[in-house]
Amino acid sequence: MNADKVLDAKGLACPMPIVKTRKEMKEMESGQVLEILATDTGAKADLVAWAKSGGHELLDSQENGDVFTFWIKKG
Amino acid sequence: MTVKAMKASEVAKKVVNNQPLFILDVRNGDAFADWKIEGGNIQYINTPYFDLLDGVEEVVSELPTDRDILVVCAKEGSSVMVAEMLSEEGVDVAYLEGGMKAWSEHLEPVKVGELQGGGELYQFVRLGKGCLSYMAISEGEAAIIDATRMANIFLDFAQEKGATIKHVFDTHLHADHISGGRAIAAATGASYYLPPKDAEEVVFDYTALENGLEVAIGSSKIEIEALYSPGHTIGSTSFIVDQQYLMTGDILFIDSIGRPDLAGLADDWVGDLRESLYTRYQKLADELIVLPAHFMIIEELNEDGSVAKKLGDLFKENHGLNIADEQEFRDMVTLNLPPQPNAYQDIRKTNMGKITPDEEVQREMEIGPNRCAVR
Repeated sequence: MNADKVLDAKGLACPMPIVKTRKEMKEMESGQVLEILATDTGAKADLVAWAKSGGHELLDSQENGDVFTFWIKKG
Repeated sequence: MTVKAMKASEVAKKVVNNQPLFILDVRNGDAFADWKIEGGNIQYINTPYFDLLDGVEEVVSELPTDRDILVVCAKEGSSVMVAEMLSEEGVDVAYLEGGMKAWSEHLEPVKVGELQGGGELYQFVRLGKGCLSYMAISEGEAAIIDATRMANIFLDFAQEKGATIKHVFDTHLHADHISGGRAIAAATGASYYLPPKDAEEVVFDYTALENGLEVAIGSSKIEIEALYSPGHTIGSTSFIVDQQYLMTGDILFIDSIGRPDLAGLADDWVGDLRESLYTRYQKLADELIVLPAHFMIIEELNEDGSVAKKLGDLFKENHGLNIADEQEFRDMVTLNLPPQPNAYQDIRKTNMGKITPDEEVQREMEIGPNRCAVR
């Protein structure tokens, strides 16, 4: 999937993946897609809930070994 | 103002003593709805940490001033952040050290009774997950029943008591938590017993736990007698200890009964479950004190934090023991069952030795409440 920006949050523990995602998102335009790489197992549920509460759209997610990848479209 | 850490053991004391506590749970809404710290005098609000990143002002007004406030998250990180933000606003709060993971792993040892000849029986209450384990100690020897994954807690406790662990039992192949039995046996040279009918797929050596098996601990011969009582699983076996205590495993709880579906064969095992509860247990003495392998709701705890009740009382009060109609019973335990425990199939495989996830993965697998009962 094409992303406008990639955030590498691998190795970061909660809450940092969300804190960094939020920071990146603030600098992006509505409709742009951010790709996030994370290894924290709690990241998925939290990113889904965070995106929902912030009006963003989780387009897709993948799990590859220890690494989760998420694509979120800014709302 | 400084941010304090509160240990899971301190929270456990508050739960057992019914002391007031206010919990600000900053996990996401689904995680909170699924599983949280339960207690008779605990108040809660749930506001995810990611809704507080711009500031905590909105929750400050919801926090009480007359009771301790604890910020809770999954692993600690987010609760520290929120606690620091609250502290900057002048609110005195603590965070839960190690988060819900530490809460899930905390065991509270409670003495449930004396055994003849000066022996003692302890119940290890896993408040965060509702698992109950047992250690009987007599004259420097110990036996353990249904140990949870945190093997070191049992090893350390036995050492403190100056006891050598001789026998380690699991009443059945567990589906909701990872057994510590095999690890304890390996560390001590004790025998590890499993019911053979639950152990058909296990890949390690074990001692067969058969109906009528008797072992003794200490020179005064505390008897531990196995009673085959299938239904939750086909191998499920109860224990009668010192002719005083009945360890029921996941067949009979204080306020509920076992569910027969976690190994996938509810319809086949419901008859066994009924026979165990309505025939096999009926033949036992009313005075036996029932000690189950789980509790489901905090109301099942006695005032001292133990989970125990006389068999005779359960025959009067436990709804699951008072369903005369067989079809009604069958429907209750096979239809409308609660969701299955988190990762229960992988937990069963781990307990069979078929997979060996690393510790962090094992922790994750055990997240959430146990769901071994039907009410």
